[in-house]
Amino acid sequence: MDLAYTDQQKAFREEIRAWLAANVPAEPLQTFDTEEGFKQHRAWEAKLNEGRWGMVTWPEELGGRGCDLIEWLVFEEEYYKARAPLRVNQNGIFLLGPTLMEYGTDEQKARILPKMATGEEVWAQGWSEPNAGSDMAAIRSTARLEGDKYIINGQKTWSTRAVWADWCFGMFRTDPDSERHRGLTFILVPLDSPGITVRPIPQLDGLPGFAEIFFDNVEVAVQNRLGDEGAGWSVAMATAGFERGLMLRSPARFQETAKRLVQLYVENRESADRDPSVRDAVIRSYLDAESYCLTTYQTACRLNKGGKIGAESSTNKIFWSELDQNMHGTAMSILGARAELLPHAPDAVGVGTWLDGWLFAQSGPIYAGTNEVQRNIIAERMLGMPR
Amino acid sequence: MDFTFTEDQLLFQDSVRDFLANEVTPERVRASWESDSGRDDVLWAQLAELGLTGMTVAEEHGGLGMNELDFVLLAQECGYVALPEPLVHTALVAVPLLQQVGGDLAARWLPKIAAGEAKVIVGIAQNMLVEDAHVADLLLLEDGDKLVAATQEQVTLRHNASVDPSRRLYAVELGAGATTVAAGEEARCLVAGALNRGALGAAAQALGLAQRMVDISVQYTSERQQFGKPIGSFQAVKHHMANVAVRLEYAKAPVHRAAYAVAHNQEIASHAVSHAKLVACEAANLAAKNSIQVHGAMGYTWEVDLHIYMKKAWALANTWGDAGLHKTRVAGRIFAEGAALGAGATFG
Repeated sequence: MDLAYTDQQKAFREEIRAWLAANVPAEPLQTFDTEEGFKQHRAWEAKLNEGRWGMVTWPEELGGRGCDLIEWLVFEEEYYKARAPLRVNQNGIFLLGPTLMEYGTDEQKARILPKMATGEEVWAQGWSEPNAGSDMAAIRSTARLEGDKYIINGQKTWSTRAVWADWCFGMFRTDPDSERHRGLTFILVPLDSPGITVRPIPQLDGLPGFAEIFFDNVEVAVQNRLGDEGAGWSVAMATAGFERGLMLRSPARFQETAKRLVQLYVENRESADRDPSVRDAVIRSYLDAESYCLTTYQTACRLNKGGKIGAESSTNKIFWSELDQNMHGTAMSILGARAELLPHAPDAVGVGTWLDGWLFAQSGPIYAGTNEVQRNIIAERMLGMPR
Repeated sequence: MDFTFTEDQLLFQDSVRDFLANEVTPERVRASWESDSGRDDVLWAQLAELGLTGMTVAEEHGGLGMNELDFVLLAQECGYVALPEPLVHTALVAVPLLQQVGGDLAARWLPKIAAGEAKVIVGIAQNMLVEDAHVADLLLLEDGDKLVAATQEQVTLRHNASVDPSRRLYAVELGAGATTVAAGEEARCLVAGALNRGALGAAAQALGLAQRMVDISVQYTSERQQFGKPIGSFQAVKHHMANVAVRLEYAKAPVHRAAYAVAHNQEIASHAVSHAKLVACEAANLAAKNSIQVHGAMGYTWEVDLHIYMKKAWALANTWGDAGLHKTRVAGRIFAEGAALGAGATFG
């Protein structure tokens, strides 16, 4: 055990820090849940890619740097410290990208990954359906193979980024006689295909961060199938695995929130301490963010040495989503009567982005598999309790 | 950056785990409750033979010359079986303290500890009472601003019964003849180090205790049937155990980091220990709470083994610094002006 960064890791940290200092926009971008903000974030992805900072864990020939997981964590630390823009193409680069590298054909990788890297093509997810939420195996949308095309019919919902995205990926039932997780196929669909209707769904903040997608005899070339026909479930599980894992929610994000929470508490200590539970909540939040960081590093080091990620990774999603709720809830308590004010309200002084974060934190225990589903997985696969 | 244990460390953990599983059964722990001293000389001799009593003793004094990081996984295993013997105390508190004191005292006692021929027990004011004072051949005691060494003849012991029948606690009254080992700032530093190492040991044992309670509960709820099914198939029961698994999973790395920080005498060591102690004991307390719940009335009995581990977890939570002490230490660091916080600050 050696808990010090190597000279190479330190140099990497300096390099990304310098690049971000020179390139992160001085004014925060508009949220990517607006049309203008989406464009701004797309342009930022292109800029990141120019500096080869778009996907540092991708291989060099795909515009990445072939970084290992420790370098990835270092990158994320600097990224969040610099308050750089959130990643509009996270569904693509963090979820579909790694899945494509594992299951995609050479033709698919060459065609899809470069445009994903530049942000030229932004990806939405198409998992849930009105009757297939936590029970994803209940998917009913169909894809019928006709010649060299799939004909897709049905409906997806809660599709994050779908309003302005270019493509979506998801599972469709290719075998009409199949049940549950058999007979599903993973297909990539251009969102400008004839027969597609995207209906935005306003989120808690009123903005259309997700959408419903309706498919009416949509034709998709068979080259857009990822993995074998009928093998969609196992391909999708790989994507869900990445989503729960290290890429999407690295510790840096939560450590920076914890740091801002400590600062908010210190600045407002006199009023905050009128509720004695607040100090305790701040201390716990800080320690939990540190625990998340330490545990992630330990896992990353084990994986770097050839270890395998096991069922214990299902604990990850519950830990960070509850931490995020706790931190933002504590900040709301500290802000008191100001907490409910929208940022542009004239008397919203010193409220920062806590309200936005609080609203978003409500989604954490729900998306990417509800925490109740995660608890079942932990109990059955990690602890071995009976089904 | 390498946050993994070596093959040797993991192999040693495996062999100690196997030994303890075979030797320190719940029946043997219960038998110790009935004996006068509560301690088992045969078992202590076996532990010495495995090199465990001398694991952190320097090689020049007949030990294996290993450090706190080498021992932390073994302390977890001691927790897993609720080992009544003062092995964690010896390896993590008494031996390092003696080595820091050095001189004749260290030269005289360390070889005996390594050989399993003597027990040295440390008592600090923070703990109020001294566990295992009755089996100590030498006591090192915080006494005001001094650290003193005393033998059994130089003290009077008053037994205090604990909820955990494995814990033998004593108020120690110093009589004549005790010798001063250190005073003033030097004594303060030695005691502070002992507190950190004791807290580290408690945290590591808490991880093991929590894991044991989860394992017992998973087994029980897989066998116990109600409504025609194992109760472990019900989500209400599953989620109790999953919640423990989450807290336990994220308490391990803080304990390992604390062991590393102590072994390398890092500036962050006290903070890291407090972090570890808080999250590990919290995980163990949650394990106790949810485990007794999923056991139903059986969990409330003397007969079912759960309470062996539950009671030790409760006790450890408030020894070597209670939550109040450790939270105060964390607060002192993170609320200080100019504190290094946030992403990238964890490893300094």
